[in-house]
Amino acid sequence: MSATMPASPYAGPQERIRADMKNRPPAERRASQWADLLFSVLAHGAAWLTLALLAGIIGSLLIGAAPAIREYGLSFLWTSEWDPVQNRYGGLVMIYGTLMTSFIALLIAVPVSFGIALFLTELSPLWLKRPLGTAIELLAAVPSIVYGMWGLLVFSPILSQYVQQPLQSVFSGVPFLGALFSGAPVGIGLLSAGIILAIMIIPFIASVMRDVFEVTPPMLKESAYALGSTTWEVVWKVVLPYTKTGVVGGIMLGLGRALGETMAVTFVIGNFNQLNSLSLFEAANSITSALANEFGEAAPGLHQASLIYLGLVLFFITFVVLAISKILLEQLKKREGTVT
Amino acid sequence: MSVSQSLPRVPGIEQLLRFAFERPDPMTSRISRSFLASAALAVVAASASAQDMTGAGATFPAPIYAKWADAYNKATGARLNYQSVGSGAGIQQIRAKTVDFGASDMPLTDEALAKDGLIQFPTVIGGVVPVVNIKGVAPGQIKLTGQVLGDIYLGKITKWNDAALTALNPGVPLPDAAISAVRRADGSGTTFIFTNYLSKVNPDWKAKVGEGTAVNWPTGAGGKGNEGVSAFVQRLPNSIGYVEYAYAKQNKMTYTLLKNKDGNFVPPDSDNFKSAAAGADWSKTFFQVLTDQAGKDAWPISGATFILMYKAQDKPANAANSLKFFEWAFVNGDKMADDLEYVPLPTAVKDLARKSWAANIKDTAGKPIAWK
Repeated sequence: MSATMPASPYAGPQERIRADMKNRPPAERRASQWADLLFSVLAHGAAWLTLALLAGIIGSLLIGAAPAIREYGLSFLWTSEWDPVQNRYGGLVMIYGTLMTSFIALLIAVPVSFGIALFLTELSPLWLKRPLGTAIELLAAVPSIVYGMWGLLVFSPILSQYVQQPLQSVFSGVPFLGALFSGAPVGIGLLSAGIILAIMIIPFIASVMRDVFEVTPPMLKESAYALGSTTWEVVWKVVLPYTKTGVVGGIMLGLGRALGETMAVTFVIGNFNQLNSLSLFEAANSITSALANEFGEAAPGLHQASLIYLGLVLFFITFVVLAISKILLEQLKKREGTVT
Repeated sequence: MSVSQSLPRVPGIEQLLRFAFERPDPMTSRISRSFLASAALAVVAASASAQDMTGAGATFPAPIYAKWADAYNKATGARLNYQSVGSGAGIQQIRAKTVDFGASDMPLTDEALAKDGLIQFPTVIGGVVPVVNIKGVAPGQIKLTGQVLGDIYLGKITKWNDAALTALNPGVPLPDAAISAVRRADGSGTTFIFTNYLSKVNPDWKAKVGEGTAVNWPTGAGGKGNEGVSAFVQRLPNSIGYVEYAYAKQNKMTYTLLKNKDGNFVPPDSDNFKSAAAGADWSKTFFQVLTDQAGKDAWPISGATFILMYKAQDKPANAANSLKFFEWAFVNGDKMADDLEYVPLPTAVKDLARKSWAANIKDTAGKPIAWK
């Protein structure tokens, strides 16, 4: 501290020289050259290790899936037959299941999370903010198998009785919607898996949204309120545009979790490898669930290779999701300043 | 799981840890016990003795192997490390020689064994049991045939009051409700035994689906493991599933009677599994799937579980340890198997297994492994 203070003008020459010495940069570097080098190597190493791991995973997935890729090529993606006895494999059912459940999950989770974040940042009384926020974050800490068992034993009977059966009776005979809600209303299938996933990703999306909403400068919000905006207008026209990057990031985080979730989905999706109808009530399968169920007993050869191929497809889907979110963010950035 | 059961007694350390961690209330003592187990595990890892052996594979016999291993450890001090990773993984591990023996619920064909230089022998017998959840129906009240069971899983019989079912079960209150068929989602030896049976008795099943640890199910929801299937069956009204006998018995599930090859409707129990095993001719090959066996009381969906070992042993000491363990289990393990609802092998089959060891399992110099 004293080194940075200007020397007193009333000090004697001796003291002035001493103060001068203190102000000068030290002749010797306090940290030696190699420490800097070591730090740089470590930091670089950590970054490259991540890349190497990624490359290693892609490489081993490709090698593992090679027999299936050679056998089926891209037709694997739109073939729905999965028959371990005849040794014929196609991934359409699982790919469809993964995409559909994640889509349902986002459809439910995004508005709900938005509502939660909005309430916590703008509407909630002060005393409720912290407990509610913590409770939502705690939801993220519940192990997925607990969600799965709860989904199967508690949630699916309720879904079957109070949602599926009424929906079916309302929509039976309606052209497109009727098909969506056909099938046995047993509470196990795409819809229940999607809803369980939504419950699982809400805490992630909601807490990211809340955090980014909170960083909106109060001055902007106060100004908008001062101009007579309603809470909705403030959120929609000030907070959201200011935080859209973070919001999209939070949604993508949730989507990534939904795509990769395994245990909870396995419990409620029904693990059924046929694509008979468009129904959301129908038992189905997802990529992760198929992997979890079949990998242990899959014979080496085409069965195992096909499962690894599925893993590769999931990897690719996740990559595409990430890429799309990046592009989306770029687009948002470009439009910044023109439309708000 | 099986590891902790084969832990040695290390009194000094145990007392020390107990002193350090035991608390009067049950919650902490549970924590302390698991802590104790993991601490003791570290001790084990540090002092693996020359008598130890490793195995990996089928989950179905894992409880009995763990129980045998525990008793064997108390009797001799030798430890078994058995990883219940599934039959398929077990076969892979023995092929890779990372374990002393592999375990599979699905017997390998003689050609497949010869190709890898392996032999197999059975250890215990179990049964697969159809279970149902229909209101007002008691265990053993519904009679099924293989043909009907296959048609249900093919999706050809969709209602409980189908003519085929009511004809078999006059007087049973079968509801006018859709059948929810439940089956295993994971690959499993149970599924192999079940689908093998259906392939034998239902030609349509054989043509359309076939047999294997995992098949292309035409209908139904899949649960993971016996517990998954049982949870689904108990959850879904008017459902049918299949589980290991021990599982059905312990959970008091509503089992069905099945018509066997001799035309009798039999309930699933140990004696009937035994009777299915008695009918098989083990003398030529151990490749025996005990489904649809002849015999007045034979339960039609029975099966043995198998151990795989190399003929030429480059680690003869380990092979001897494993064989000593199984010999000990053959002599002393029947009561324990009974307790866990497995069926011990008939004496004649045990003798055949011993004969096969003596004739086939040798060290690299061609000297038979001594296990007696």
